[in-house]
Amino acid sequence: MTRKKTKYVPVPSKSILPERDASRAPVLECINLGITLGGIKAVDNFNLTVGRTEIVGLIGPNGAGKTTVFNLLTKVYQPTTGTILLDGKDTHGMSTIQVNRAGIARTFQNIRLFKNLSVADNVKAAMNNEMHYNMLSAILRLPNYKREEIAAHRRTLKLLSIFDMQGVADVPAGSLPYGAQRRLEIVRALATNPSVLLLDEPAAGMNPSETAELMDSIRKVHEMFQIAIILIEHDMSLVMNICDGICVLNFGQVIAKGTPDEIQSNPAVIEAYLGRRKEEPKS
Amino acid sequence: MIFLNYFISGISLGSIYAIIALGYTMVYGIAKMLNFAHGDVIMVGGYICFYAVARYGMNPFLGVAVAVVGCTLLGIIVERLAYKPLRQAPSLAVLITAIGMSYFLQNTALLLWSSNPKVFPSIIERGSFKLFDGRLSVSHVTVLTIASCLVIMGVLTLFISKTRLGKAMRACSEDKGAAQLMGINVNATISMTFAIGSGLAAIAGALLCSAYPTLMPTTGSLPGIKAFTAAVFGGIGSVPGAFLGGLMLGVIEIFAKAYISSQLSDAVVFAVLIVVLLVKPSGLLGRNIQEKV
Amino acid sequence: MTMKRLINLKRAEARKIYLTYAVVIAAYIICQVMSSTGLFSSSMRGMLVPICAYMVMAVSLNLVVGILGELSLGHAGFMSVGAFSGVASAILMQGTITNAPLRLALAMVIAAIFAAIAGFLIGIPVLRLKGDYLAIVTLAFGEIIKSILNNFYLGMDSEGIQISMITDTTRLLKGGRLIIRGPMGISGIQKIATFTAGFVLLMIALMIVFNLVNSRSGRAFMAIRDDRIAAESIGLDITKYKMMAFVMSAAIAGAAGALFAMNYSTIVANKFDFNTSILILVFVVLGGQGNMLGGIIAAAVLTILPEKLREFSEYRMLLYAVVLIVMMLATNNAEVKSFLAGLNPFRRKEAA
Repeated sequence: MTRKKTKYVPVPSKSILPERDASRAPVLECINLGITLGGIKAVDNFNLTVGRTEIVGLIGPNGAGKTTVFNLLTKVYQPTTGTILLDGKDTHGMSTIQVNRAGIARTFQNIRLFKNLSVADNVKAAMNNEMHYNMLSAILRLPNYKREEIAAHRRTLKLLSIFDMQGVADVPAGSLPYGAQRRLEIVRALATNPSVLLLDEPAAGMNPSETAELMDSIRKVHEMFQIAIILIEHDMSLVMNICDGICVLNFGQVIAKGTPDEIQSNPAVIEAYLGRRKEEPKS
Repeated sequence: MIFLNYFISGISLGSIYAIIALGYTMVYGIAKMLNFAHGDVIMVGGYICFYAVARYGMNPFLGVAVAVVGCTLLGIIVERLAYKPLRQAPSLAVLITAIGMSYFLQNTALLLWSSNPKVFPSIIERGSFKLFDGRLSVSHVTVLTIASCLVIMGVLTLFISKTRLGKAMRACSEDKGAAQLMGINVNATISMTFAIGSGLAAIAGALLCSAYPTLMPTTGSLPGIKAFTAAVFGGIGSVPGAFLGGLMLGVIEIFAKAYISSQLSDAVVFAVLIVVLLVKPSGLLGRNIQEKV
Repeated sequence: MTMKRLINLKRAEARKIYLTYAVVIAAYIICQVMSSTGLFSSSMRGMLVPICAYMVMAVSLNLVVGILGELSLGHAGFMSVGAFSGVASAILMQGTITNAPLRLALAMVIAAIFAAIAGFLIGIPVLRLKGDYLAIVTLAFGEIIKSILNNFYLGMDSEGIQISMITDTTRLLKGGRLIIRGPMGISGIQKIATFTAGFVLLMIALMIVFNLVNSRSGRAFMAIRDDRIAAESIGLDITKYKMMAFVMSAAIAGAAGALFAMNYSTIVANKFDFNTSILILVFVVLGGQGNMLGGIIAAAVLTILPEKLREFSEYRMLLYAVVLIVMMLATNNAEVKSFLAGLNPFRRKEAA
């Protein structure tokens, strides 16, 4: 698969980047998104537009509301205000399940794998909605069961090969080392054929070399699938290197948006998040 | 007038449910577990009281006191042996353990005291107050039951809101980790809650057996399940909810017996539980807690 | 590429499945030989069908508890629905279908359908709940089913089927027969259940569960069990799959109930009470949640053992209680668990 050369042209309002893929409409738009949790505005007036093949970083201090944004996008929480447009379609009233079918997949900050299932079964579980054989076919092992299972297995191995994980396909997911568990979560999310992939702190707990490896993998995924990726991350080198655009949250409010370079030199961000001297980012 | 009679017996039965439900609700509020064996602690309380009064000729109120002490100890032992090692375990495992404990208590009682029903001596003189020229009669036991329930509710509410231990209990039910960091001994608090709940179960046992004077090893299980229903009905974890749920369930049960069918009254009670959980999954006064993602 | 390699039955898992089938078949052959050569006492022969029924119940409950990860405390209720509908239909078919095995098979199918309907109706409210609440509501439904059947009257006369509740108001015509008689249950049942029928039912139940587990539905069940939130995030319809597992489990339990009932001449609703539900749960827990063979063996041992140790029979329930508690402590206490994990070479490698 070769990457299509995307053409960036300026788009004025609300967008995170001054330049974007103009040939198609943005894949995800959040307009005035907000939620009140326990009397506190956890996220307020959140606006974000994500292009079809953009990688967007969502950063901010702990408790800034980053994961809450993911929970809003995936409808774990229903927003109290605002609109989320996915492919231009309002997701109002949709459930987590429907949003996933519409094209948003995610990983979790605290890994949530199906621990007792094998690595391959974790991925196949995510392919459930594209398999169509019914219970009777399964019980009687009818031809369409076999056909679809074979197809699913092939695709599972292909997906696992992105992270070089075909070898552990039959191992229980819970027994994988930490880093591999994080990668498996990404594969599982990809198996649902998303158009937007949400990664919640994919590099958390990884050492620098693992992080670098992860960065390559995310790039590879992006190249292969040509999808939008939003990632929450505390590792600044990863965010600055990989993202087309960055959105900074603090106390539930967006305090800055822009390219990595702009964010690095933005005084409000430095003040609120990176610390006073930009050479020594506070983690 | 018949209606009023039914209503009063409903309130009386409901008061017993409420006292039992308090035990369920306090333990659930703090340990987040269904102590399935709670109903059987009632039965043990009934037997202790029975033996103290009928066999050793104790004053009935002293007998109840002995039962309270015995059940409190039992509660602490059960908690220590079976539940404490499972603090971190999945709730399914804890529930199965509690069911096992319920069976254990029932069958130990069966071996110790046989399945022959014992006729429980009323803890107060049998008799009744006649009102409205005798058209309405309220038995002494009924009055005592309702009064005990009100006193227990009042004392418990004060205890939880005013005392150190009560505050510790509330803190643990909100957030065990934070409570621990504030210097509260969470394990001791949970054990204490079990102790209090079991002590209350002993009182409930004595009252239950005074109102329905047959005592068997299985005496506690059905009232236990119904009191649990009452706790869920009122919103499990909420003390006023247990009170409200208990009273309402008692009234519903008596009315169902009187006006629908005595054989189907249990079915009606359980149907009420199901309807309540569907309409309000966290019960009448319960709080809805969302899982953190 | 062979099917076996492709469909990711981990080898050990596949072996376990074949082992289960093999053990069941071997046990059947041994029992048949022993019973035809007169090596079995009559009490042992009488237990063969109930043992099969309990084994099937263990498989059925394991689908809900072990695979789906929800606790059902009213499983005897489905068995009861199956027993009553199965026996009643067998009696109604007595005149038309004279072939006993065929009548038994049809009765079991009808029982499964009725139990599945009960499972579906109960599932609508129950499956919206989670964890402890779900468990308690299944208990409540088990008791409701018992209460209803205890107050249910069904008769048959020349005008057709008559039913009534609470009191018998069927007023059957002359020559009619009151089949279900409230708390008296059904009596005068033709004992057409056979050991072979029990064996076939067990094999079918195992095939259904194993094949389901290794399909998209089974993966969905287990995914929901392991992490509900993650399962939602990949678009699994939680309610639909819970319902599927629940209804399938109820249907299997219903067939087992019919088999069980047609081994006795009389059957009453109180036979299928909370204690029976717990007994089946003990099979599942003792055999290991999700382990079909374990549950089957536990069902056999815990049915035969009390008969063999009659003098200790009063300790039987006490023993069950201790078994439940000790099993839970052994499998869920962190200290015991880490001790067991230390013995497992694979885990040690990972920690190093």
